[in-house]
Amino acid sequence: MQFIMLIHHDDAALAKAPPALWGEYAAFNEALAKAGGTPGLRLDHASKGRSVTLRNGTPELLDGPYADTKEQFAGYFMIDLPDIDAAVQWAARCPSAQYGTIEVRPIWPTRGQ
Amino acid sequence: MANSAIASAAHETAELVARSSYGRLLAFLAARTRDVAGAEDALAEAFASALQSWPVDGVPDNPDAWLLTVARRRQTDAIRRRQTRTAGEAHIELMMDELNQAAANADAIADRRLALMFACAHPAIEPGMRAPLILQTILGLTASAIAAAFLIPPATMGQRLVRAKARIKEAGVPFAVPERADLADRLDAVLEAIYAAYAKGWTEIGDSTADRLADEAIWLGRLVVSLLPEEPEAKGMLALMLYTEARRQARRDAEGSYVPLQEQDIARWDLGQIDSAEVLLHAANRGGPTGRYQIEAAIQSAHCARRLGNTSNWPSIVALYDALLHLTQSPVVALNRAAVLAETAGADAALACLDGLAGDRRMADYQPYWAAKGHLAARAGRRADAHAALTLAMGLATDDAVRRYLAQQIRQLQDG
Repeated sequence: MQFIMLIHHDDAALAKAPPALWGEYAAFNEALAKAGGTPGLRLDHASKGRSVTLRNGTPELLDGPYADTKEQFAGYFMIDLPDIDAAVQWAARCPSAQYGTIEVRPIWPTRGQ
Repeated sequence: MANSAIASAAHETAELVARSSYGRLLAFLAARTRDVAGAEDALAEAFASALQSWPVDGVPDNPDAWLLTVARRRQTDAIRRRQTRTAGEAHIELMMDELNQAAANADAIADRRLALMFACAHPAIEPGMRAPLILQTILGLTASAIAAAFLIPPATMGQRLVRAKARIKEAGVPFAVPERADLADRLDAVLEAIYAAYAKGWTEIGDSTADRLADEAIWLGRLVVSLLPEEPEAKGMLALMLYTEARRQARRDAEGSYVPLQEQDIARWDLGQIDSAEVLLHAANRGGPTGRYQIEAAIQSAHCARRLGNTSNWPSIVALYDALLHLTQSPVVALNRAAVLAETAGADAALACLDGLAGDRRMADYQPYWAAKGHLAARAGRRADAHAALTLAMGLATDDAVRRYLAQQIRQLQDG
């Protein structure tokens, strides 16, 4: 099963994280690559984004994230694992779990898989 | 003693008695009706009110009778509420009869907890659910308390427990202690479930729910030993848990960093617990054929011999691992054997043993494998290999204390 791990950061908590976090992240990415995972992407700060909707053909724009919550979507990685329990193990290993939440989502299987 | 200390001691006593009664009453009801969930419903509120009132009012003289009286009252209420419904009526009446009979003679309630444990660890029950099922039925732990230690969402754990209980009923799982011929095999499954609960409480360190789970597992281990005093493996497993538990405090230094076994401060070991383990292990060895838990306990006994100044028993530890590997064929045992082989045959020989495991897919994201490989490579002077393996071990760790320890090992590698 393919899983995507959606990283939601609490930016205030992350700002106080010790510099050792980046060493932990480097180690985590090594382990992820070894397990055949896709390192994914890190997003820029949520405030730098825009949110767009179309209502009756008229675009409505908002500065920043879709929902103004404490934790913001901050990045993702992907990995192929036997089941969701194994995926939860991987989410617990992700250093970001200490500064926010990792949402574990199975990817909708495409035809032929 | 401060008031709060008295209160917490009273709470602890009440909890211990309530749990012992709870498991005994649940096992008694479930063994007769074959309905674990129904028996739980009948006892749940009584157990909850015991935990509220006993710490304040004191533990009653006959805890079983107290719980049964409350359970019976609640059960009667439930039946009155449901009187219009006919479905399940016969079943509720059966449960009522059982409660009435038991309450009339609470002193004579047979201890069926062992039979219940065998039902929970029956081959018809999915292996991963056996430990949670025992924790819930014998100890009365809630699904969410169990879920936290098993890294499973509470709702999912709740559903799986419900399914497992339904399975006991549907598959006609017997509530009985197996006959002599099957006992060893079936007991293995019970011990495995209890030890799995202990292992959850041992590895996820720093988490109080997990710490508590280790205590619960030891309690269960004592229960099995008391109910099956003739079984050497039950004693062996309890001894194994006590040896490891005795070193719990020493696994962390003042800053909360991980301390490997060989570097632990003996003054922080619980010598009383080690002595209890020694007594159990000797009794087990006298009792019959040597099984997996007795060998594992003997290995721990040898590790703990350092407290007596004995640091040269590595060859016997390797020999014990050889016996254990022969018995289990487990890659985890092979990994641990390689780690101690370094002490007698050197790090290069130990690394050669690990190479034999490299093809095992289960090792790819098994953190202890990479940690052992990293430490051995560092000892053998293979810096690049050590760096790569320790980095993977750090990336696979979920425990912050272990992560910090490995980061420090990697730094030492770079500085040295």
